[in-house]
Amino acid sequence: MAGLEVPTWDPETALLIGTILVEAIVLYVGYGGLERLFGPYLMKLLVGGEPNAR
Amino acid sequence: MLGSVLGGAGILGTSPEMLALFVGFGLVVGVLFGFFGMGGSFLVTPALLMLDYPAPVAVGSGMAFVFGTAVIATLKHHDLGQVDYKLGAIMITGTTIGIEVGRASVYYLESLGLAGGIISVAYVVLLGGVGAMVTRDALKGGGGGGVDHEATDKDLDEYEIPEIAKTIQQTVRIPPMVTLRGDVRVSAWVITAVAFATGVLSGFLGVGGGFIRMPAMIYAIGVPVPVAVGTDLFEIVFSGGLGSYLYGQGGGVDLGIVAPLLFGSALGARVGSAATAVVDADGIKVYFGGMLLIGATAVGIGEVGSYIGSSALELLGLVLVIGAAVVVAFAILYSTVSSLRSTRRQETPAAD
Repeated sequence: MAGLEVPTWDPETALLIGTILVEAIVLYVGYGGLERLFGPYLMKLLVGGEPNAR
Repeated sequence: MLGSVLGGAGILGTSPEMLALFVGFGLVVGVLFGFFGMGGSFLVTPALLMLDYPAPVAVGSGMAFVFGTAVIATLKHHDLGQVDYKLGAIMITGTTIGIEVGRASVYYLESLGLAGGIISVAYVVLLGGVGAMVTRDALKGGGGGGVDHEATDKDLDEYEIPEIAKTIQQTVRIPPMVTLRGDVRVSAWVITAVAFATGVLSGFLGVGGGFIRMPAMIYAIGVPVPVAVGTDLFEIVFSGGLGSYLYGQGGGVDLGIVAPLLFGSALGARVGSAATAVVDADGIKVYFGGMLLIGATAVGIGEVGSYIGSSALELLGLVLVIGAAVVVAFAILYSTVSSLRSTRRQETPAAD
């Protein structure tokens, strides 16, 4: 593996990197949804009221 | 040695204990990344090296983690309109070649049996240097070492181009010249040189390189701070993706490490990013600098432990790296909740 390389097509590695890409997108969307759903409740729990500190 | 103590059967070849450790560490790293806008990734590779992962796996998995983190952060910065796609596209070539040079160096050193040691020494120098710089700036009350949260609220036209960037723009006028967001006109070769140099660092250490590339984009190219942050992340998506692919072809990317780290860090980054609206970063920056200095010491201790075969020293190094990151992340969370509660208390009588 030492020496400069031009990337060649490797379906197994492409699947591996694709899995990481998909996981990242799913986490961005999923956590975003959870934040909208539970964010106000969590803020109320932590601060004791509606989030208005901004 | 240490890794075998924690290892065992589990999901994706990773034991449940290690999965929990990676998710927790990812959460901490995410809080730091979300809050400071940098610094998350360069704790991951040293920690993996201390867990006895081979250097290509530690660097390759660190880079794949950076790739995933960059995808998430770019989606957010795209929504905020802080990505210069032209600048990013020009940088991709230079960074990609740089990453490949860095990656080839890792495999070459690995074939000589020197990779782990040299990468650890590079981390000691890098973490120590950046840590000293951030701590000095924090103690002086300066704005260096991370994203200035107030600065990111300004319009792009309001940013002054640093003197050094103006000098470079006027001196190096090798065509083709390109115009970037914020009305910056610069030679494409300057952009490529910055991209290549930081790419070598990324490929060699498995880091995003944002802590070097962001200042380089601001001071050498002259782009406004928010654009430097957003474009840096966009560019890492491609260069980091390709770097991860190349490491993956050599068996250097372990999904059992990357997936749980990303799972934790994506949540942590949301929390850290939300905390920037509440907490003044200057008060915490000194802890961040201290954390990097402790990280440098920890990598040094871990490397000495590995050299003399002392698992106790290796464990001490690992505990210091993770412990320092945990302390700073908790300082951010504690300050955020305290600040929110104090604001709430002040507003309650007014509401009555």
